[in-house]
This record gives sequence, structure tokens and C-alpha cells, in this order.
Amino acid sequence: MTSNTSALELIQAIDQADSSDSLLDAVEALADARLEEATPTLIAVLSYNNPGAAVAAVDGLVQLGEVAVLPLLNLIDDYNYGGRAWAIRALAGIADPRALETLLEAAEGDFAMSVRRAAARGLGNLRWSKMLSSEVHPAQKRVFQALQLTSQDQEWVVRYATAVALQGLGGSVRVSQPDLVGEIKAELEQMLATDADLAVRTRVQLALKQLEEVEN
Amino acid sequence: MQESSIEGIKDLASAAVPIDAESLTVEQAIANLKGEDQGLQYYAAWWLGRFRIREPEAIEALILALQDDRNRTESGGYPLRRNAAKALGKLGELRAVPELVACLDCSDFYVRESAAESLGMLGDRSCIPQLIKLLTGGVAANQPIPGCPHLPQPCTAAIEALGSLGATEAIDLIEPFLEHPVELVQYATARAMYQLTQNPSYGDRLVQALGGDKLQLRRAALSDLGAIGYLPAAEVIFETLAENSLKLISLKGVLEHHVKNYSSESSSVSDTAIYLMNLMDNLL
Repeated sequence: MTSNTSALELIQAIDQADSSDSLLDAVEALADARLEEATPTLIAVLSYNNPGAAVAAVDGLVQLGEVAVLPLLNLIDDYNYGGRAWAIRALAGIADPRALETLLEAAEGDFAMSVRRAAARGLGNLRWSKMLSSEVHPAQKRVFQALQLTSQDQEWVVRYATAVALQGLGGSVRVSQPDLVGEIKAELEQMLATDADLAVRTRVQLALKQLEEVEN
Repeated sequence: MQESSIEGIKDLASAAVPIDAESLTVEQAIANLKGEDQGLQYYAAWWLGRFRIREPEAIEALILALQDDRNRTESGGYPLRRNAAKALGKLGELRAVPELVACLDCSDFYVRESAAESLGMLGDRSCIPQLIKLLTGGVAANQPIPGCPHLPQPCTAAIEALGSLGATEAIDLIEPFLEHPVELVQYATARAMYQLTQNPSYGDRLVQALGGDKLQLRRAALSDLGAIGYLPAAEVIFETLAENSLKLISLKGVLEHHVKNYSSESSSVSDTAIYLMNLMDNLL
């Protein structure tokens, strides 16, 4: 009862916010409360065209995790581009494999580099144990293909995120698909040899080092 | 790498419209720049810089455009010259230095500003005396003009360029600008003073700026800290209230500065680099 009352109050505070600052405060309070019934409101905030509030809402949705996945996927079909980009970032943070197709599409084709970067990172740490085991191997191969593409992105930050993601994927498939680990390492070696940005090459070095440490 | 950090932030700020590299070809851009249509000329000059087209023909046409007299604003500005000066800085072409130095005397403030920025990026120290001239009269001569959006001279660009070029002979002239009434000029001064002296008090001044009220000023300080690669700022950069994209660019500058100066790329990754990359990973 108390929880319901306070949820209602927190949600009303968002509707009643009359400035950018008070909206941010209200969204942060609702996000911190970690209430499942706050999901639709947090999702609505993603389309308010208020970056500070959207960041807070994404954090709140990532903390809620799985329960937010289907509502977020539904929003992706919506027309609001601003909201769409934030929803993809929330899905990348939650890393539920039901978002796989959406994240693949975003990593490979979104025009905003911040979305490609978040989607690439999300692909690298998907929680594979949540997926039907028969689907895991092909899906991991498909993710690797997408990361091969994003490793050539024209923005350094997307390539940096790709190095992080390849490290994550390499760790996930270490036991189940050793061949794929070899391909991932070859891809990282290729980036190390050719990438134009020192920061990206340094992150690639770290990814290779960590993959080798896990193996030994 | 300093230049690309600063530029990254500026590109990001203007990237509200997605950039379509296919919309022009190199040949077409060069032809447009040499052509009669002023709108196409203006766009071509920007485009050649944005996509780093280093063809000799493009560079010649851009240098020629620094003397354009046809494209004028109502108040007498030279839009094409501004874009050409900016592009030449990005192309890293030292042949442009004498013509860019000549632009420092242009009647249009924004041409002088673009030329100073580009000279800072090109790294040819021969322009230092002319850059110093822009600071003549010091802070007193460069007070804000009521009703005018800019100072008498492009102090920020000149100070930043002098810092990037390692103009230690300008230290005494630059330092008083720490007390300039405009915050962005103070930051440029702290940045240059750090580059010229390596004294951490100047880096700390920029770290303090990250705690300021105005987002626009926090963004500028992020850019400056990335440009000087100030390692003690890393944690504060991570915590600052600003877009993750800008924090990532700033930390990239710190990381690259560290790797270049303190560890050889072929050997293993240092603990400091790993610490910086952990921060960056958490901002993706």
C-alpha cells in the first residue's frame, strides 16, 4: 500500500514538473525507487526531448532490467526518433537477448554515433544464458559479423566500443565456440595493425591481453 | 592528437544534421570551389576540410579562396575565407602558412580567428610573432565590446595556438589573461600555460571549471583538459555533468597523451592506461 502510494506520488511529480531541473529531480527520484510500475513513465520520459531526464530514465530502466525489455521494444516501433535512440541505449544496458535484432540493426545502421556505440557495447555483453540454447551459437556468430562491420565505423568511439564488445563476446564463447575465439582475436589483431586512433589501438591491446589471460 | 580532440568536440556540436560523405565527390567539390556559385563554393570549402581531402588541386584552390573578395556578408565579413582558413588547418598543409599569417590582418574578426586556430594546428612556429601581435595591449586592449558578440581580437584562438606551438617566449604576455573577464579566455589561458610550463596549478584551474554551473563552460573545460591530457583530471571528467560523448573525447585525449609520453605502444598496457579505459568503458 505504502509502495503504491509513493509510486503514484513519484509519477505525479513527473507530470507536474514545471522546469527542466524539477523534471530531472523527479525522474531521478522515480528511477531510484526501482519500482516495476514506473516502467511506462520512465519510457515516456525518453521522448520528452530532455537529455538530462532521459539519461536518468535510462539508468532507471537499466536497473529495472528484464521487466522493461518488452515495453522498450514496443517503443522502438514508435515514430519518435529521439525516444528510439534512448530506448536502444537502455536495451544495450539491460543486455537481454530479446533485444538482439534491435541492437544489431542499431549497431550496423543508426545514423547517430552515440547509438551505434551503445548498441555495439550492448552486443558484447548480452546475457546468453537467457536465450534458448539451440539459438545461442548462430546468434553469437551473427553478433560477431555485426562487430566486424562496426570495427570499420568512421567514428573512433564506435570502434572503441567494438573492441570492448569483442572482448566481451570472446569471453562468452571461450568454452562453447573456440573457433570463434580465434576469429575474434584475428579481428582484434587486424584492428591493432590498421586503426588510425591510438586510443582505439590501446583498447584493442587491452582486449587481446584480457582474452589471453582468461585462456591461461 | 590535441587537435583532433578539440575538433572532435566541435564536429560533434555541429553534427545535428547527419553528414553524408557521398553527397559530393572530390572532383565535384574542387570544381565547385573554383566555380561561380557562392553557396556551392562555401560548402565545398567546408567539405574538403571535413573529409580531409589533401589533393594538391584542393589545397591550391583553398589557398586562393583565402583572398576571395566576392562572397561578403552585410557587415563586410568574408564567409568563404573563413571556411577556407578552417579547412587548411585540418589538411595539415604547411604551404598554407604564409597566406594564413596574412589572414591574421584581415578586417573580418572570424577570418582572423579561423586563421589563428589553423596556425595552431599546423605546428609551424614561424607564425608565433604574428600570433603574439594579436595580443598586443594585453587584457586592457581586449575587453568585451558592448553589443558585439566577440572581443576586439580572437584572444582565445591566439592563446591556444601559442600554447600548442610551445611559444614559451609568450608566457609573460599570456599569463595575465587568466584574469580576463570572459571565462572561455581564462580557460584557454590555463590550457596554454599548462602546455608551456607543465605547472599543475593551471590544470587544476580547468578541473575546477568542471564544477561550474554552466553546461557550455563545462564542455569547454572538458575539451581543454583532453587537449592537454591532464591525468589528475580523469576522475572529475568522468563525474562531470555533461554528455558522455564529450567526456569520452576528453578521456581519449588524456589516454593518448599518457600512452604517447609514458609507455611505448609495442609493450604491455600500463595500469594507468587500464584505469583510464575502465572509466571510458563505463561511459559507452
